[in-house]
Amino acid sequence: MGLTIAFWAFGTVALLSALGVVLLRNVFRAALSLVLCFLCIAGLYVTLSADFLAAAQILVYVGAISVLIILAVMMTRNVPQGSPGNRLKIPALLVAAVFLGVMAVAMIYTPWQVAATAPAAPTTAPLAGRLFGDRGFVLAVEIGAVLILSAVIGAIAIAREK
Amino acid sequence: MMMPDFGTGARIALAPLPPDWPGGFWWHWLFFTVLVLAFVLSMVMGVIYIERRVLARMQSRLGPNRTGPFGLLQAVADAVKVLIKENIVPAAADKVVHWLAPVVAFAPVVMVFAVVPFANGALLADLNIGILYVVAVSSIASVGIFMAGWGSSNKYALLGGMRDVASIVSYEIPLVLAILGVVLVAGSLSLNDIVQAQQNIPFILVQPLGFLLFFTAACAEINRSPFDLLEADSELTAGFHTEYSGMKFAMFYLVEYAEALAVSAVVATLFLGGWQGPVLPPWLWFLGKVFFVFLVMVWVRATMPRVRIDQLMAFAWKCLFPLALLNLLLTAAEVALWPGAMPLIVIPINFAIAGLLIIIWSKFFKLGWGRVEV
Repeated sequence: MGLTIAFWAFGTVALLSALGVVLLRNVFRAALSLVLCFLCIAGLYVTLSADFLAAAQILVYVGAISVLIILAVMMTRNVPQGSPGNRLKIPALLVAAVFLGVMAVAMIYTPWQVAATAPAAPTTAPLAGRLFGDRGFVLAVEIGAVLILSAVIGAIAIAREK
Repeated sequence: MMMPDFGTGARIALAPLPPDWPGGFWWHWLFFTVLVLAFVLSMVMGVIYIERRVLARMQSRLGPNRTGPFGLLQAVADAVKVLIKENIVPAAADKVVHWLAPVVAFAPVVMVFAVVPFANGALLADLNIGILYVVAVSSIASVGIFMAGWGSSNKYALLGGMRDVASIVSYEIPLVLAILGVVLVAGSLSLNDIVQAQQNIPFILVQPLGFLLFFTAACAEINRSPFDLLEADSELTAGFHTEYSGMKFAMFYLVEYAEALAVSAVVATLFLGGWQGPVLPPWLWFLGKVFFVFLVMVWVRATMPRVRIDQLMAFAWKCLFPLALLNLLLTAAEVALWPGAMPLIVIPINFAIAGLLIIIWSKFFKLGWGRVEV
């Protein structure tokens, strides 16, 4: 009961703040709205018994990514005016509408599987077992790590002063 | 995986409090919420007093000693004064952001204390992701600082905010890596379990380098001197809270000391054995350790000059980050390959390696024209 209320509350606020990201003219406020959206998604994870994922979501998205977004916004001029409109408004609207339609159709017609068993109570140990243990996803984890490392090195190579 | 055995001691820990003490979920919630709020607010008064008096003592001054016995009521008088001051909002400020910033900065700091155990099992929520929760939640506070820096529409405030972004993003990495060493040794993320794993030996002995790295990175993260660049009075007037006055200024002041308190509590929990200790009741041990860590922070503040922004960045990336990686590698190797050596053989080895690494880094790692003595 309490969990259901929390789920719908987080979901509603997440949707409203996501709308705020798109609709607010002031880029800084849009970035703050994005932070709120990330926080609500972390809250959704908590209500779905994915507490490790929730903490990682806050740590990575609120603590790091939105901080970098805000840093970029702080470097921007004329923040309160927002981005001016241009000729691509209508094509952008069309593409966005088509994307929304595809997503909605995919979500409605996918037969989502619901696990019959209750979620594991402490999630950390089973999660670590799945990621790093026997017959787990350790190869995928390592590939992800190598990908991120190469991206970091690439970013340094691009940003480095000659 | 085999966990290192720390529990050979004759001391038997008191039975933990049940998770719904005293009677029922909501009573537990109410009791510990009130306790955490009261703890943070009253301890902040206490640490402000300690900071002013001890700092004065270290600088051969008197410090506030007129209000009440030994100046004890000075913090109360200051709080009352600042609460009845006029609240001035700059005309060009982004009003909503300016108003919300102190709240956004304050809430996460209090939330950190939800998982800090005051005695065995005496905590608001014994999350199995405990320490990860602390790191995640405390990273939200920086959003409040940017909101203050940007919403004030003041260039000093903005500069303070941007310095904060730089320092937080950089110091988060050694901070988390230093915590991981403790998590590896304890075998749990829950703070209560981490304290229980230190029944005989506090982790400061097992993880000396990890302790120094965590303490330094945490001081930088919460902008304690010598890393208080974002409010460097001599360059930025007051940094991100230049344009704040009255109650909202008091909130930022509260956040600053509540963060220092949170770091002290987390250091006491992770490295000094939390509520563990002989004779005295557990909560008294915990309070004593928190005060001790805070005293060390005051001592550092009285000793070190403020670093420059380039030194701040270089220190994080060239010194703390590689040391934290080496510490993590060393700890992982010890826990995985040599669990039988825990803890007695490992302690001297770790101290030797920590000392060696620090000496090496202080020799070949230079900043500006001087050497960094770590």
